[in-house]
Amino acid sequence: MTIFDRWFGKKEDSAKNVARDRLRMVLQQDRSSIPAPIMEKIRADILAVLCKHLDIDEREFDIAVEREGEAVALTANIPIRRIRPEAA
Amino acid sequence: MAIEVPAPSADKDNSIAPDKTGRVIVITSGKGGVGKTTTTANIGMALAVLGEKVALLDADIGLRNLDLALGLENRIVYDIVDVVEGRAKLRSALIKDKRNANLAFLPAAQTRDKSAVSPDQMKSLVADILAEGYTFVLIDCPAGIEQGFKNATAGASEAIVVTNPEMSSVRDADRIVGLLEAQDLHNAKLIVNRLRPKMVRSDEALGVADVQEVLGQGVELIGVVPEDERIITSTNRGEPASLDETSLAGKAYRNIARRLRGEDVPFLTGTDLEEKEPGFLDKLFQLFGVKNN
Ligand SMILES: Nc1ncnc2c1ncn2[C@@H]1O[C@H](COP(=O)(O)OP(=O)(O)OP(=O)(O)O)[C@@H](O)[C@H]1O
Ligand SMILES: [Mg+2]
Repeated sequence: MTIFDRWFGKKEDSAKNVARDRLRMVLQQDRSSIPAPIMEKIRADILAVLCKHLDIDEREFDIAVEREGEAVALTANIPIRRIRPEAA
Repeated sequence: MAIEVPAPSADKDNSIAPDKTGRVIVITSGKGGVGKTTTTANIGMALAVLGEKVALLDADIGLRNLDLALGLENRIVYDIVDVVEGRAKLRSALIKDKRNANLAFLPAAQTRDKSAVSPDQMKSLVADILAEGYTFVLIDCPAGIEQGFKNATAGASEAIVVTNPEMSSVRDADRIVGLLEAQDLHNAKLIVNRLRPKMVRSDEALGVADVQEVLGQGVELIGVVPEDERIITSTNRGEPASLDETSLAGKAYRNIARRLRGEDVPFLTGTDLEEKEPGFLDKLFQLFGVKNN
Protein backbone atom coordinates (compact mmCIF):
# COMPACT_ATOMS: atom_id res chain seq x y z
CA MET A 1 0.00 0.00 0.00
CA THR A 2 1.47 3.32 -1.01
CA ILE A 3 0.95 6.56 0.79
CA PHE A 4 -1.22 7.67 -2.14
CA ASP A 5 -3.55 4.74 -1.56
CA ARG A 6 -3.86 5.83 2.04
CA TRP A 7 -4.59 9.40 1.04
CA PHE A 8 -7.19 8.32 -1.47
CA GLY A 9 -8.69 5.80 0.92
CA LYS A 10 -7.66 2.68 -1.07
CA LYS A 11 -7.11 0.31 1.80
CA GLU A 12 -6.08 -3.32 1.41
CA ASP A 13 -8.79 -4.23 3.90
CA SER A 14 -11.54 -2.21 2.26
CA ALA A 15 -14.96 -3.89 2.38
CA LYS A 16 -14.64 -4.49 -1.34
CA ASN A 17 -11.29 -6.29 -1.10
CA VAL A 18 -12.38 -8.34 1.89
CA ALA A 19 -15.52 -9.40 0.02
CA ARG A 20 -13.53 -10.34 -3.08
CA ASP A 21 -11.00 -12.40 -1.13
CA ARG A 22 -13.63 -14.21 0.92
CA LEU A 23 -15.61 -14.92 -2.22
CA ARG A 24 -12.55 -16.27 -4.00
CA MET A 25 -11.91 -18.68 -1.12
CA VAL A 26 -15.47 -19.90 -0.80
CA LEU A 27 -15.86 -20.45 -4.55
CA GLN A 28 -12.69 -22.51 -4.57
CA GLN A 29 -14.18 -24.72 -1.87
CA ASP A 30 -17.60 -24.93 -3.53
CA ARG A 31 -16.09 -25.89 -6.86
CA SER A 32 -13.84 -28.60 -5.51
CA SER A 33 -16.26 -30.23 -3.11
CA ILE A 34 -17.48 -33.66 -4.14
CA PRO A 35 -21.04 -34.54 -3.08
CA ALA A 36 -21.15 -37.15 -0.30
CA PRO A 37 -22.99 -39.85 -2.33
CA ILE A 38 -20.37 -39.60 -5.07
CA MET A 39 -17.54 -39.81 -2.53
CA GLU A 40 -19.14 -42.98 -1.18
CA LYS A 41 -19.25 -44.48 -4.64
CA ILE A 42 -15.64 -43.55 -5.41
CA ARG A 43 -14.62 -45.11 -2.10
CA ALA A 44 -16.45 -48.35 -2.86
CA ASP A 45 -15.08 -48.54 -6.41
CA ILE A 46 -11.47 -47.98 -5.35
CA LEU A 47 -11.84 -50.51 -2.58
CA ALA A 48 -13.24 -53.12 -4.96
CA VAL A 49 -10.27 -52.77 -7.32
CA LEU A 50 -7.71 -52.83 -4.51
CA CYS A 51 -9.26 -55.86 -2.84
CA LYS A 52 -8.68 -57.91 -5.98
CA HIS A 53 -4.96 -57.70 -5.35
CA LEU A 54 -4.46 -56.69 -1.75
CA ASP A 55 -5.79 -57.53 1.66
CA ILE A 56 -6.96 -54.12 2.88
CA ASP A 57 -8.06 -53.01 6.31
CA GLU A 58 -11.43 -51.66 5.18
CA ARG A 59 -12.25 -49.78 8.34
CA GLU A 60 -9.05 -47.76 8.14
CA PHE A 61 -9.31 -47.19 4.39
CA ASP A 62 -10.02 -43.51 3.83
CA ILE A 63 -10.19 -41.06 0.93
CA ALA A 64 -10.39 -37.30 1.20
CA VAL A 65 -10.25 -34.12 -0.86
CA GLU A 66 -7.30 -31.96 0.11
CA ARG A 67 -6.68 -28.40 -0.91
CA GLU A 68 -3.56 -26.34 -0.90
CA GLY A 69 -3.96 -22.91 -2.41
CA GLU A 70 -5.32 -23.39 -5.92
CA ALA A 71 -4.48 -27.10 -6.04
CA VAL A 72 -7.01 -29.79 -5.22
CA ALA A 73 -6.13 -33.45 -4.78
CA LEU A 74 -7.89 -36.65 -3.84
CA THR A 75 -5.76 -38.49 -1.30
CA ALA A 76 -6.19 -42.02 -0.04
CA ASN A 77 -4.93 -43.77 3.03
CA ILE A 78 -4.75 -47.50 2.29
CA PRO A 79 -3.54 -49.71 5.13
CA ILE A 80 -2.42 -53.04 3.63
CA ARG A 81 -2.67 -56.15 5.81
CA ARG A 82 -0.90 -58.37 3.32
CA ILE A 83 -0.32 -58.75 -0.38
CA ARG A 84 -2.37 -61.60 -1.78
CA PRO A 85 -0.06 -64.41 -2.93
CA GLU A 86 -1.48 -64.53 -6.49
CA ALA A 87 -0.63 -60.84 -6.90
CA ALA A 88 3.07 -61.49 -6.53
CA MET B 1 -18.20 -41.97 -69.15
CA ALA B 2 -19.15 -40.62 -65.82
CA ILE B 3 -22.80 -40.34 -65.12
CA GLU B 4 -23.93 -37.12 -63.56
CA VAL B 5 -25.24 -37.91 -60.15
CA PRO B 6 -26.91 -34.98 -58.48
CA ALA B 7 -24.87 -34.13 -55.40
CA PRO B 8 -26.87 -34.14 -52.18
CA SER B 9 -27.87 -30.52 -52.16
CA ALA B 10 -27.61 -28.35 -49.09
CA ASP B 11 -30.86 -26.66 -50.08
CA LYS B 12 -32.70 -29.90 -49.83
CA ASP B 13 -31.43 -30.50 -46.29
CA ASN B 14 -32.45 -27.02 -45.29
CA SER B 15 -35.93 -27.44 -46.66
CA ILE B 16 -36.59 -30.14 -44.10
CA ALA B 17 -35.73 -28.01 -41.07
CA PRO B 18 -37.11 -24.46 -40.79
CA ASP B 19 -34.63 -22.22 -42.61
CA LYS B 20 -33.67 -20.38 -39.44
CA THR B 21 -34.80 -21.34 -35.96
CA GLY B 22 -35.10 -18.79 -33.21
CA ARG B 23 -33.00 -18.54 -30.09
CA VAL B 24 -34.23 -19.86 -26.75
CA ILE B 25 -32.59 -18.15 -23.78
CA VAL B 26 -33.26 -18.95 -20.13
CA ILE B 27 -32.72 -16.16 -17.58
CA THR B 28 -31.47 -17.67 -14.30
CA SER B 29 -29.66 -16.71 -11.09
CA GLY B 30 -29.85 -19.29 -8.34
CA LYS B 31 -30.46 -16.68 -5.65
CA GLY B 32 -33.89 -15.11 -5.56
CA GLY B 33 -34.73 -11.47 -6.06
CA VAL B 34 -31.67 -10.46 -8.07
CA GLY B 35 -33.63 -9.26 -11.11
CA LYS B 36 -34.47 -12.21 -13.40
CA THR B 37 -38.04 -11.10 -14.04
CA THR B 38 -37.05 -7.46 -14.50
CA THR B 39 -34.34 -8.55 -16.92
CA THR B 40 -36.67 -10.81 -18.91
CA ALA B 41 -39.28 -8.06 -19.30
CA ASN B 42 -36.76 -5.39 -20.25
CA ILE B 43 -34.64 -7.35 -22.70
CA GLY B 44 -37.80 -8.83 -24.21
CA MET B 45 -39.29 -5.40 -24.85
CA ALA B 46 -35.98 -4.03 -26.14
CA LEU B 47 -35.61 -6.92 -28.60
CA ALA B 48 -39.19 -6.39 -29.79
CA VAL B 49 -38.44 -2.70 -30.39
CA LEU B 50 -35.43 -3.79 -32.46
CA GLY B 51 -37.81 -5.75 -34.67
CA GLU B 52 -37.36 -9.26 -33.30
CA LYS B 53 -40.41 -11.43 -32.83
CA VAL B 54 -40.23 -12.18 -29.10
CA ALA B 55 -42.09 -14.62 -26.86
CA LEU B 56 -41.62 -14.33 -23.10
CA LEU B 57 -42.31 -17.40 -21.00
CA ASP B 58 -42.92 -17.17 -17.26
CA ALA B 59 -41.61 -20.50 -15.92
CA ASP B 60 -41.89 -19.42 -12.29
CA ILE B 61 -44.98 -21.57 -11.77
CA GLY B 62 -46.85 -20.74 -8.58
CA LEU B 63 -45.13 -17.37 -8.25
CA ARG B 64 -46.31 -15.51 -11.34
CA ASN B 65 -44.60 -12.10 -11.65
CA LEU B 66 -43.60 -11.39 -15.23
CA ASP B 67 -47.19 -10.30 -15.99
CA LEU B 68 -46.79 -7.43 -13.53
CA ALA B 69 -43.40 -6.35 -14.87
CA LEU B 70 -44.98 -6.20 -18.33
CA GLY B 71 -48.25 -4.62 -17.20
CA LEU B 72 -50.23 -7.46 -18.77
CA GLU B 73 -51.80 -8.95 -15.62
CA ASN B 74 -55.33 -7.94 -16.65
CA ARG B 75 -55.21 -9.73 -19.96
CA ILE B 76 -54.49 -13.25 -18.75
CA VAL B 77 -57.00 -15.90 -19.77
CA TYR B 78 -54.90 -19.04 -20.13
CA ASP B 79 -51.52 -19.98 -18.71
CA ILE B 80 -48.57 -22.24 -19.49
CA VAL B 81 -50.13 -25.26 -17.73
CA ASP B 82 -53.39 -24.85 -19.69
CA VAL B 83 -51.36 -25.06 -22.90
CA VAL B 84 -49.21 -27.99 -21.79
CA GLU B 85 -52.25 -29.95 -20.60
CA GLY B 86 -54.14 -29.21 -23.80
CA ARG B 87 -56.93 -27.03 -22.38
CA ALA B 88 -55.87 -24.05 -24.48
CA LYS B 89 -54.28 -23.56 -27.87
CA LEU B 90 -50.85 -21.95 -27.77
CA ARG B 91 -52.02 -19.13 -30.01
CA SER B 92 -54.94 -18.17 -27.80
CA ALA B 93 -52.83 -18.37 -24.63
CA LEU B 94 -50.03 -16.13 -25.93
CA ILE B 95 -50.88 -12.54 -24.98
CA LYS B 96 -49.93 -9.99 -27.65
CA ASP B 97 -48.54 -6.76 -26.23
CA LYS B 98 -50.54 -3.71 -27.36
CA ARG B 99 -47.51 -1.39 -27.19
CA ASN B 100 -45.45 -3.55 -29.50
CA ALA B 101 -46.98 -6.18 -31.75
CA ASN B 102 -43.66 -8.07 -31.86
CA LEU B 103 -43.95 -9.02 -28.20
CA ALA B 104 -45.99 -11.93 -26.85
CA PHE B 105 -46.20 -13.38 -23.36
CA LEU B 106 -47.18 -16.75 -21.91
CA PRO B 107 -47.99 -16.45 -18.18
CA ALA B 108 -47.13 -18.94 -15.45
CA ALA B 109 -49.92 -20.76 -13.67
CA GLN B 110 -50.48 -19.16 -10.30
CA THR B 111 -52.26 -21.98 -8.51
CA ARG B 112 -50.02 -24.89 -9.52
CA ASP B 113 -46.56 -25.94 -8.41
CA LYS B 114 -43.17 -26.32 -10.01
CA SER B 115 -43.82 -29.92 -11.07
CA ALA B 116 -46.80 -28.95 -13.26
CA VAL B 117 -44.62 -28.75 -16.39
CA SER B 118 -42.05 -31.50 -17.03
CA PRO B 119 -38.77 -30.99 -18.89
CA ASP B 120 -40.15 -32.88 -21.92
CA GLN B 121 -43.32 -30.79 -21.95
CA MET B 122 -41.19 -27.66 -21.77
CA LYS B 123 -39.13 -28.80 -24.75
CA SER B 124 -42.15 -29.44 -26.92
CA LEU B 125 -43.79 -26.18 -25.80
CA VAL B 126 -40.70 -24.25 -26.86
CA ALA B 127 -40.61 -26.09 -30.20
CA ASP B 128 -44.25 -25.14 -30.77
CA ILE B 129 -43.50 -21.48 -29.98
CA LEU B 130 -40.56 -21.48 -32.42
CA ALA B 131 -42.80 -23.03 -35.08
CA GLU B 132 -44.98 -19.91 -34.77
CA GLY B 133 -42.07 -17.91 -36.15
CA TYR B 134 -40.68 -16.30 -33.02
CA THR B 135 -37.00 -15.32 -33.32
CA PHE B 136 -36.40 -15.06 -29.56
CA VAL B 137 -37.95 -17.02 -26.71
CA LEU B 138 -36.92 -15.75 -23.27
CA ILE B 139 -37.68 -17.97 -20.28
CA ASP B 140 -37.97 -16.40 -16.82
CA CYS B 141 -36.57 -19.09 -14.49
CA PRO B 142 -37.61 -19.50 -10.85
CA ALA B 143 -35.01 -19.02 -8.11
CA GLY B 144 -33.35 -22.11 -6.69
CA ILE B 145 -31.65 -25.16 -8.13
CA GLU B 146 -34.42 -27.74 -7.82
CA GLN B 147 -37.06 -29.07 -10.19
CA GLY B 148 -38.30 -25.62 -11.22
CA PHE B 149 -34.81 -24.76 -12.45
CA LYS B 150 -34.51 -28.05 -14.33
CA ASN B 151 -37.88 -27.57 -16.02
CA ALA B 152 -37.21 -23.98 -16.99
CA THR B 153 -33.81 -24.75 -18.48
CA ALA B 154 -34.90 -27.90 -20.32
CA GLY B 155 -36.06 -26.15 -23.49
CA ALA B 156 -33.28 -23.56 -23.67
CA SER B 157 -30.23 -23.53 -25.90
CA GLU B 158 -28.59 -20.49 -24.28
CA ALA B 159 -28.49 -19.10 -20.75
CA ILE B 160 -28.12 -15.72 -19.12
CA VAL B 161 -27.08 -15.65 -15.46
CA VAL B 162 -28.12 -12.56 -13.52
CA THR B 163 -26.19 -11.62 -10.40
CA ASN B 164 -25.94 -8.69 -8.05
CA PRO B 165 -22.44 -7.48 -7.14
CA GLU B 166 -22.77 -9.01 -3.71
CA MET B 167 -21.20 -12.15 -2.19
CA SER B 168 -24.06 -14.61 -1.79
CA SER B 169 -25.52 -13.76 -5.18
CA VAL B 170 -22.17 -14.26 -6.95
CA ARG B 171 -21.63 -17.53 -5.10
CA ASP B 172 -25.02 -18.81 -6.26
CA ALA B 173 -24.28 -17.62 -9.79
CA ASP B 174 -21.13 -19.74 -9.79
CA ARG B 175 -23.15 -22.75 -8.69
CA ILE B 176 -25.72 -22.13 -11.40
CA VAL B 177 -23.04 -21.93 -14.10
CA GLY B 178 -21.91 -25.42 -13.05
CA LEU B 179 -25.47 -26.76 -13.10
CA LEU B 180 -26.11 -25.19 -16.51
CA GLU B 181 -23.05 -26.96 -17.88
CA ALA B 182 -24.42 -30.22 -16.51
CA GLN B 183 -27.57 -29.48 -18.57
CA ASP B 184 -25.40 -28.93 -21.65
CA LEU B 185 -25.90 -25.18 -21.53
CA HIS B 186 -22.38 -23.94 -22.07
CA ASN B 187 -21.12 -20.38 -22.53
CA ALA B 188 -23.58 -18.77 -20.13
CA LYS B 189 -23.68 -14.98 -20.38
CA LEU B 190 -23.45 -12.80 -17.28
CA ILE B 191 -25.47 -9.73 -16.33
CA VAL B 192 -24.37 -7.78 -13.27
CA ASN B 193 -27.53 -6.05 -12.05
CA ARG B 194 -27.99 -3.34 -9.42
CA LEU B 195 -24.44 -2.05 -9.63
CA ARG B 196 -23.74 0.86 -7.29
CA PRO B 197 -20.91 2.79 -8.95
CA LYS B 198 -20.41 5.17 -6.04
CA MET B 199 -19.87 2.33 -3.57
CA VAL B 200 -17.50 0.62 -5.97
CA ARG B 201 -15.52 3.81 -6.42
CA SER B 202 -15.17 4.23 -2.67
CA ASP B 203 -14.09 0.57 -2.33
CA GLU B 204 -17.13 -0.38 -0.29
CA ALA B 205 -18.75 -2.83 -2.72
CA LEU B 206 -17.74 -5.36 -5.36
CA GLY B 207 -17.36 -3.99 -8.86
CA VAL B 208 -17.90 -5.67 -12.21
CA ALA B 209 -14.21 -6.53 -12.53
CA ASP B 210 -14.25 -8.26 -9.13
CA VAL B 211 -17.29 -10.32 -10.07
CA GLN B 212 -15.76 -11.30 -13.39
CA GLU B 213 -12.47 -12.19 -11.76
CA VAL B 214 -13.94 -14.57 -9.20
CA LEU B 215 -16.35 -16.20 -11.66
CA GLY B 216 -13.55 -16.77 -14.15
CA GLN B 217 -13.37 -17.24 -17.91
CA GLY B 218 -16.38 -19.57 -18.15
CA VAL B 219 -18.91 -16.74 -18.20
CA GLU B 220 -18.84 -13.85 -20.60
CA LEU B 221 -20.18 -10.48 -19.49
CA ILE B 222 -23.09 -9.29 -21.62
CA GLY B 223 -24.32 -6.38 -19.55
CA VAL B 224 -24.04 -4.15 -16.52
CA VAL B 225 -27.25 -2.66 -15.15
CA PRO B 226 -27.01 0.03 -12.50
CA GLU B 227 -29.20 0.33 -9.43
CA ASP B 228 -31.93 2.61 -10.71
CA GLU B 229 -35.06 3.88 -8.96
CA ARG B 230 -36.69 4.05 -12.37
CA ILE B 231 -36.86 0.23 -12.30
CA ILE B 232 -39.18 0.44 -9.31
CA THR B 233 -41.42 3.10 -10.82
CA SER B 234 -41.51 1.34 -14.18
CA THR B 235 -42.44 -1.97 -12.54
CA ASN B 236 -45.14 -0.13 -10.60
CA ARG B 237 -46.53 1.21 -13.85
CA GLY B 238 -46.08 -2.03 -15.77
CA GLU B 239 -43.92 -0.25 -18.34
CA PRO B 240 -40.51 -1.90 -18.81
CA ALA B 241 -37.75 0.67 -18.22
CA SER B 242 -36.20 -0.21 -21.58
CA LEU B 243 -39.04 1.85 -23.11
CA ASP B 244 -37.89 4.85 -21.07
CA GLU B 245 -35.27 6.82 -22.99
CA THR B 246 -34.15 8.64 -19.86
CA SER B 247 -33.61 5.59 -17.61
CA LEU B 248 -30.02 4.43 -17.16
CA ALA B 249 -31.06 0.86 -16.42
CA GLY B 250 -33.32 1.05 -19.47
CA LYS B 251 -30.36 2.04 -21.61
CA ALA B 252 -28.29 -0.79 -20.14
CA TYR B 253 -31.06 -3.26 -21.07
CA ARG B 254 -31.35 -1.84 -24.59
CA ASN B 255 -27.59 -2.33 -24.97
CA ILE B 256 -27.87 -5.95 -23.83
CA ALA B 257 -30.57 -6.59 -26.44
CA ARG B 258 -28.29 -5.18 -29.13
CA ARG B 259 -25.35 -7.30 -27.94
CA LEU B 260 -27.57 -10.40 -28.01
CA ARG B 261 -28.15 -9.71 -31.69
CA GLY B 262 -24.40 -9.62 -32.27
CA GLU B 263 -23.86 -5.87 -32.24
CA ASP B 264 -20.66 -4.64 -30.63
CA VAL B 265 -21.84 -2.09 -28.06
CA PRO B 266 -19.39 -0.62 -25.55
CA PHE B 267 -20.21 -1.25 -21.89
CA LEU B 268 -21.49 1.58 -19.75
CA THR B 269 -18.75 2.30 -17.26
CA GLY B 270 -17.97 4.36 -14.18
CA THR B 271 -19.53 7.73 -14.54
CA ASP B 272 -21.95 6.71 -17.34
CA LEU B 273 -23.70 4.60 -14.74
CA GLU B 274 -24.02 7.25 -12.09
CA GLU B 275 -27.15 9.30 -11.82
CA LYS B 276 -25.98 12.80 -12.50
CA GLU B 277 -26.75 15.22 -9.72
CA PRO B 278 -28.74 17.86 -11.54
CA GLY B 279 -26.50 20.89 -11.92
CA PHE B 280 -27.65 24.48 -12.08
CA LEU B 281 -28.00 24.39 -15.87
CA ASP B 282 -29.94 21.12 -15.75
CA LYS B 283 -32.37 22.65 -13.29
CA LEU B 284 -32.75 25.69 -15.50
CA PHE B 285 -33.33 23.49 -18.55
CA GLN B 286 -35.78 21.37 -16.59
CA LEU B 287 -37.69 24.50 -15.76
CA PHE B 288 -38.20 25.00 -19.46
CA GLY B 289 -38.74 21.31 -20.12
CA VAL B 290 -35.49 20.87 -22.07
CA LYS B 291 -33.11 17.97 -21.51
CA ASN B 292 -29.45 18.87 -21.09
CA ASN B 293 -27.18 16.06 -22.24
N1 LIG C 1 -31.43 -2.41 -11.51
C1 LIG C 1 -32.33 -2.33 -10.52
N2 LIG C 1 -32.45 -1.19 -9.79
C2 LIG C 1 -33.36 -1.11 -8.80
N3 LIG C 1 -34.21 -2.09 -8.45
C3 LIG C 1 -34.13 -3.24 -9.12
C4 LIG C 1 -33.19 -3.44 -10.19
N4 LIG C 1 -33.37 -4.69 -10.66
C5 LIG C 1 -34.34 -5.26 -9.94
N5 LIG C 1 -34.82 -4.41 -9.00
C6 LIG C 1 -35.88 -4.67 -8.03
O1 LIG C 1 -35.56 -5.86 -7.31
C7 LIG C 1 -36.72 -6.60 -7.00
C8 LIG C 1 -36.56 -8.03 -7.48
O2 LIG C 1 -36.51 -8.05 -8.89
P1 LIG C 1 -37.10 -9.26 -9.74
O3 LIG C 1 -38.48 -9.58 -9.32
O4 LIG C 1 -36.86 -8.94 -11.16
O5 LIG C 1 -36.12 -10.41 -9.26
P2 LIG C 1 -36.23 -11.97 -9.54
O6 LIG C 1 -34.83 -12.47 -9.66
O7 LIG C 1 -37.13 -12.23 -10.68
O8 LIG C 1 -36.90 -12.48 -8.18
P3 LIG C 1 -37.47 -13.96 -7.88
O9 LIG C 1 -36.27 -14.81 -7.61
O10 LIG C 1 -38.33 -13.78 -6.69
O11 LIG C 1 -38.22 -14.40 -9.10
C9 LIG C 1 -37.88 -5.90 -7.67
O12 LIG C 1 -38.57 -5.15 -6.70
C10 LIG C 1 -37.22 -4.98 -8.68
O13 LIG C 1 -37.96 -3.82 -8.90
MG1 LIG D 1 -38.86 -13.54 -10.78
